[in-house]
Amino acid sequence: MTVELYRIDDRLIHGQVVVGWGKPMDLGFIALVDDELAASEWEQELYRMAVPPGMSVSFHDVAGAAVAHGAWVRDFRRGIVLTGDVATMARLGNALAGSADPLRRVNVGGIHHRADRTQRMRYVFLTHAEETALRALAASGVEVTAQDVPGAHPVPLEELLCHRGV
Amino acid sequence: MNSSEGENGERPRALIVGHGDYAAGMVSAVGQITGRGGLFGTLSNRDLAADELTQRMRDAVHGGIDVIFTDLPAGSSTIAARRLLRERPELRLVTGANLAALLDFVFQGEGSDVQALERAAEKGRASITVLGGHG
Repeated sequence: MTVELYRIDDRLIHGQVVVGWGKPMDLGFIALVDDELAASEWEQELYRMAVPPGMSVSFHDVAGAAVAHGAWVRDFRRGIVLTGDVATMARLGNALAGSADPLRRVNVGGIHHRADRTQRMRYVFLTHAEETALRALAASGVEVTAQDVPGAHPVPLEELLCHRGV
Repeated sequence: MNSSEGENGERPRALIVGHGDYAAGMVSAVGQITGRGGLFGTLSNRDLAADELTQRMRDAVHGGIDVIFTDLPAGSSTIAARRLLRERPELRLVTGANLAALLDFVFQGEGSDVQALERAAEKGRASITVLGGHG
């Protein structure tokens, strides 16, 4: 199998991920990449309890994720790599650049309102720096789309950045 | 949060939090059956980041509310509620709440203890049945 989805979602593990994507994709594992979470056993336990039986979750900082990524790609189960923000996914992309298994696709699944963000879609709000980082990912050959749930139409980055709160 | 009083002028004793209109729908159903929907405040996680959901829940859980009902055990509402439990260990959380569980809660007295909430949860579990399909 492989990593089915590289998702940016500020709610991290929640219903859309575990049920919405997890059930139809028959997900076996979630690799959660977040430097702060990787250092907090209590936070890890919080998210571990949200993962249903039959699905495993592991926690990594970006450097650790870059090392473990090859094993995820070759895991016999289907998996999701999940980050809580654009910057972390961009750092992971940079860390994997030039490796045997570079980052090829990124799903913008949920980045919600904050005072310094502009709304692009109902579930996507971006700062200028986040838009720049997503453009840089795309320029490096990564396919970036926005899609909250499997049944929704994936919106390409250029189209996403033209949206104004639609 | 819906903090309006119910038909009996009751103040909210519990907060219902979940996806979409789950909380509002549950309160509507409780109100239709018992006239006591005002026992519940409501909060939707729709379009809220985890931090904002936790803050809104923190703001909503005051003034006598010491029980939180959520929909999915794996949902962001439950995770936010568990964060609050760390801050306020006296809070109680019931996950996977359905109408039968909420109705049982409605008829419990003030200050539902953990045992009473476990009974409500058991009512909720017991209300789920599958019928037919044998012919």
